[in-house]
Amino acid sequence: MADTQTFQLKIRRYDPESGAPAYWADYDVELPPERSVLDGILQVKDREDASIAIRCSCRAAICGSCGVRINGRSALACNTRIGDAAAGGRDGFVTVEPMGNMPVIKDLVSDMEAVHWKKVRRVVPWLVPAEDPPEGQEYIVPAEAMLDVTQAMACIHCGVCVSACLSMEVDPDFVGPAALAKAYRFVGDPRDGEEEARLRDLAEDPHGIYDCTHCFACVEVCPKDVAPMNQIMRLRRRATNDFGIKDENNGYGHEKAFVTLIEKYGTLHEAQLLPRSFGDGSLVKGQLKPSGAKQLTRELPTAFRGLKSGKVTPRKALLHEKLPDQKQVRKIFHEIESHDERIELNLYIVGELGEDEETA
Amino acid sequence: MPQHDVLVIGAGLAGQRAALAAAEAGASVGIISKVHPVRSHSNAAQGGINAALDPQDSWESHAFDTVKGSDYLGDQDAIEIMCREAPSELLTLEHLGVTFHRDERGRLGKRAFGGASAARTYYVADITGQAILHVLYEQLMKHEEVTRYEEWFSTALAQDDDGRIAGVVTRNIRDGAMELFAAKAVILATGGNGQIYDPTTNALICTGDGIAMAYRVGAPLMDMEMIQYHPTTLAGLGLLITEGARGEGAHLYNAQGERFMEKYAPNKMELASRDVVSRAEQTEINEGRGFPDGTVALDITVVPRKRIHEALREIVNVGRDFAGVDITREPIHIKPGNHYVMGGVHTDIHGQTPIPGLYAAGECACVSVHGGNRLGANSLLDTLVFGRRSGEHAAEAVKGMGMPDPSGSSLQDEERTIRSIVERDGTGRRVSELKAELGQTMDKYVAVFRDEDGLNTALEVVRRLKEEAKNVAIDDKGTVFNQDVLGALELQFMIDNAEAIVISAIERKESRGAQYRTDYPDRNDDEWLKHINVSANGAEPELSYSPVTMTQWEPQERTY
Repeated sequence: MADTQTFQLKIRRYDPESGAPAYWADYDVELPPERSVLDGILQVKDREDASIAIRCSCRAAICGSCGVRINGRSALACNTRIGDAAAGGRDGFVTVEPMGNMPVIKDLVSDMEAVHWKKVRRVVPWLVPAEDPPEGQEYIVPAEAMLDVTQAMACIHCGVCVSACLSMEVDPDFVGPAALAKAYRFVGDPRDGEEEARLRDLAEDPHGIYDCTHCFACVEVCPKDVAPMNQIMRLRRRATNDFGIKDENNGYGHEKAFVTLIEKYGTLHEAQLLPRSFGDGSLVKGQLKPSGAKQLTRELPTAFRGLKSGKVTPRKALLHEKLPDQKQVRKIFHEIESHDERIELNLYIVGELGEDEETA
Repeated sequence: MPQHDVLVIGAGLAGQRAALAAAEAGASVGIISKVHPVRSHSNAAQGGINAALDPQDSWESHAFDTVKGSDYLGDQDAIEIMCREAPSELLTLEHLGVTFHRDERGRLGKRAFGGASAARTYYVADITGQAILHVLYEQLMKHEEVTRYEEWFSTALAQDDDGRIAGVVTRNIRDGAMELFAAKAVILATGGNGQIYDPTTNALICTGDGIAMAYRVGAPLMDMEMIQYHPTTLAGLGLLITEGARGEGAHLYNAQGERFMEKYAPNKMELASRDVVSRAEQTEINEGRGFPDGTVALDITVVPRKRIHEALREIVNVGRDFAGVDITREPIHIKPGNHYVMGGVHTDIHGQTPIPGLYAAGECACVSVHGGNRLGANSLLDTLVFGRRSGEHAAEAVKGMGMPDPSGSSLQDEERTIRSIVERDGTGRRVSELKAELGQTMDKYVAVFRDEDGLNTALEVVRRLKEEAKNVAIDDKGTVFNQDVLGALELQFMIDNAEAIVISAIERKESRGAQYRTDYPDRNDDEWLKHINVSANGAEPELSYSPVTMTQWEPQERTY
């Protein structure tokens, strides 16, 4: 174990009983750099000021109590090394403040009930079995299906993804990454009988699965590799591919348009993006379909803005250049499409990305 | 005053299972927990849950393994019940939605575990406890007739004029309000007391609250000397590496590269019962064959990589995040560390304590199914089977009963206690100092190897700390989330637990299960095949004995 060093913690303090606004307080702690930020906070509590409030219990990233923001990044205090945090902090300070997107109760304690748990309850968070359980034995289900939902089951409800969620910042009613990952845990469970109803519900809710902007923030901060956004994308794919559920925001068509354009040209063809978005990826369908034409007309101001700014020009619109070696792009598409998309992202099945090549 | 037929304190597996069972039996149920239920320490149970579900297996085999594992101190009637009911309990969980691992036919898959004569441990990767805890919580959210009191800290049991348990005094952590709850029956499911040790695998919340609350109203504590040291914990931090690793085939080596379990358990090797493996490791370390950091090595690299990903993912993370070791590529240094208390509040097979109206289930209880040593993956089973039995029995027992009248003075007493803590001037030692001294003392003298001198030293320290704890310094004078005051209350709970443990360990003058006395190195069935009970009798603890219930297994020599 490395030698003890001095670290400077800057903790956001707030006492609702004082009538005073929140403030920053600085503390010095002595710890080996590989110990956690939580160890640092506990040392301050132990030695200096036991009135600092923080939920914590297991110290091992299992109980999900100690979600905070460290140097602005949402994380568990117990599995963030204090040495790493100090190296990434401003002026060597490790700043610790309560999570975002949730009200603060005191110091580092957020009101999880008011936000996170309310959203979890929104997704009907229990199994609704398709049929009565078999007498005297378990449901027979594919091993892969159970492994598949285990990634969502690994969620410890720490709220770190909720704290980091940019969509929720804009739309506080967004069901959010953790609750939607929880929804996938049931949608992906072959024992559940409400797959279509769950998907329809979450697709039709304007704050549901299509309210996610695909920003990856939740994937980046999740301490358990649940990758909530991936679970949301799988909900979307199931909704569209398996049940033909229409996305009123055209999010699915927009994504499809991106994919089609890249496959075709290797670069983004701005002039085709909107028409293809309204035609589920198809240029012709987008312009001929009555709903597509109507939406295109509504988006005319966007097209004019594009023309005005030079983002789209008539020349670019007609003569879009392909990448010189478009074959390589096609190869990537082929490689990805040869996998079963349902399970390829699951860490319980494939491990960390790139590991297989290393060991091969 | 909130009122419920059945009030459950603690919302880990035992508490949630008890609450569901009581609700299903028609009782109005309240469940109180000092943390949000999914923060409970049942989360940390990684490896799995035992059940003789396979037609090739039998409950008798599971029961015998458990009896042998307990070093014949477990009560065989209770063990029979637990092992017989295990398969149906497991299936109930599966039907509720637990995502248990499947084999290639889609049936429940199982893994090997320590001290077992067959592979009968069912699991969800290495997050089994978490998966079950979360599924039970799903059911709690579904059952609207169960009222959840999340982040309420229970400070004392309340009795009526006849001495029956009639409720509990509780502090709402969020605003500091004190409340007296009335109930026809109270089920304690508050978990273990590992925090009296340092290091420990146990979470910071495991402070033996329920054990101490029961002790203070006169309930006897049984088998308290039986403290399990888990064979594979990270040095320093004490974090757990699941027995599932050895179940999947991992080996133990000393610093000389010897697979030393050959010497101690030639048949079961790394999968001998935990007391045996921990003693073997400690012997290697004490005799100079460990690594300089006081550890031996656990080599998981022998387990195929694909298997590690699907079955041991959590400890890959623990190794990476907390030890800086990639366990798929190199061995990890481990040592025996405090993990579990086999003892607890003495109950019968329905979870009833000798105090009317009071039940206990899970780690805080002692039925006793674990006796001198608990087998891996039997703890989840214990919490679920006896949690359910307690809930069912309590719901049935209170049918037709009027709501008892808990003495209002208990609320005033507790309010006065807390006021005196908050208002005292800061002259005493800090809670953290006392806790650290307690933890180091217990880990030094009441660990894998014990002797009379060490235990007496520990008792002196514990009794001194008991006095000092009455005057600890407090920084936080507020009411909202005042964790400082709760820490002071927990410290007193912990010291009561520690005292009972040390007294019992001094009393048992033999070596059995987790209690190894270097001054009495042999098991002595003639004199000590019996339970030791500690009860509070006024100020002084009082010792008594109770017989071990035997059904079909006579004590034999125990080898693995």
